[in-house]
Amino acid sequence: MTLTLIRIPSLALLCALALGAHADDDTAGRAPLLPAYVQECGACHVAYPPRLLPASSWQRLMGNLKSHFGSDASVDAATTQQLTTWLTANAGSGKRAEATRDDRITSSAWFVREHREARHWFGTAKVKTAADCAACHTKAAEGSYREREIRLPR
Amino acid sequence: MTTHPTPVLTLLAAALLVLAVPAGAATPAELLAGYSASAGAPALAARGQAFFQSRHGGEWSCASCHGALPTGPGRHAATGKAIEPLAPAAHARRFSDAAKAEKWFRRNCNDVLGRECSAAEKADVLAWLNTLKP
Repeated sequence: MTLTLIRIPSLALLCALALGAHADDDTAGRAPLLPAYVQECGACHVAYPPRLLPASSWQRLMGNLKSHFGSDASVDAATTQQLTTWLTANAGSGKRAEATRDDRITSSAWFVREHREARHWFGTAKVKTAADCAACHTKAAEGSYREREIRLPR
Repeated sequence: MTTHPTPVLTLLAAALLVLAVPAGAATPAELLAGYSASAGAPALAARGQAFFQSRHGGEWSCASCHGALPTGPGRHAATGKAIEPLAPAAHARRFSDAAKAEKWFRRNCNDVLGRECSAAEKADVLAWLNTLKP
């Protein structure tokens, strides 16, 4: 009984991982967010899914937290190491994780294309920047970006 | 000979350091006492308010993200992310951890002033925050 209960979610997880690269609902293959990542990085911005940048971008960003897009986001050496390890281990590959010129997720061709219909909101009082995912993606804080969770601001 | 501090002075310095940055859980009043001791002068809440709300010649003030009266939620000036109230009376976890308070002072003072804040400046700001009621 116990064994069966354990095996069902495992199978589901395997399927989700296998489908991850092709899934359309932006949920499959998603790594649970590391609590330290949510605490440290998620204090100033949404804890962006690590798969949206390649490992090389995460390495550059984590190597220069003292000057992080205009802010000092530095953390102690042990935390930096812990976060870098987790981010690079869960980094993306392929079209959704192309290296961008400035290591911003919002600069990727994928992001720009997906947000064609939303871009007029960016820079407004309701959606300060394109990086303010939670302005429309109601479950962004949990790392979920399903289409049905989107609520455009009024 | 004078280059070597006496054991008494060393102990005193160590005691002051412990006072300034107590490890682990703390209260806002304890943190304020530590910063005031390091500064060697009593904190002034009015000076803290002026410091908090000034741009110091730069682009941002503390208030840019935390709000001019941080008993309510703030909003990150760059990312737009909601920030929970900073005043301890409005948010129980604020200034309850010395290391955390130090981390945020270091980062945010760098963002606002382009340098770290002095113990006296931290004491003033915390003294003002401690006077705020939601």
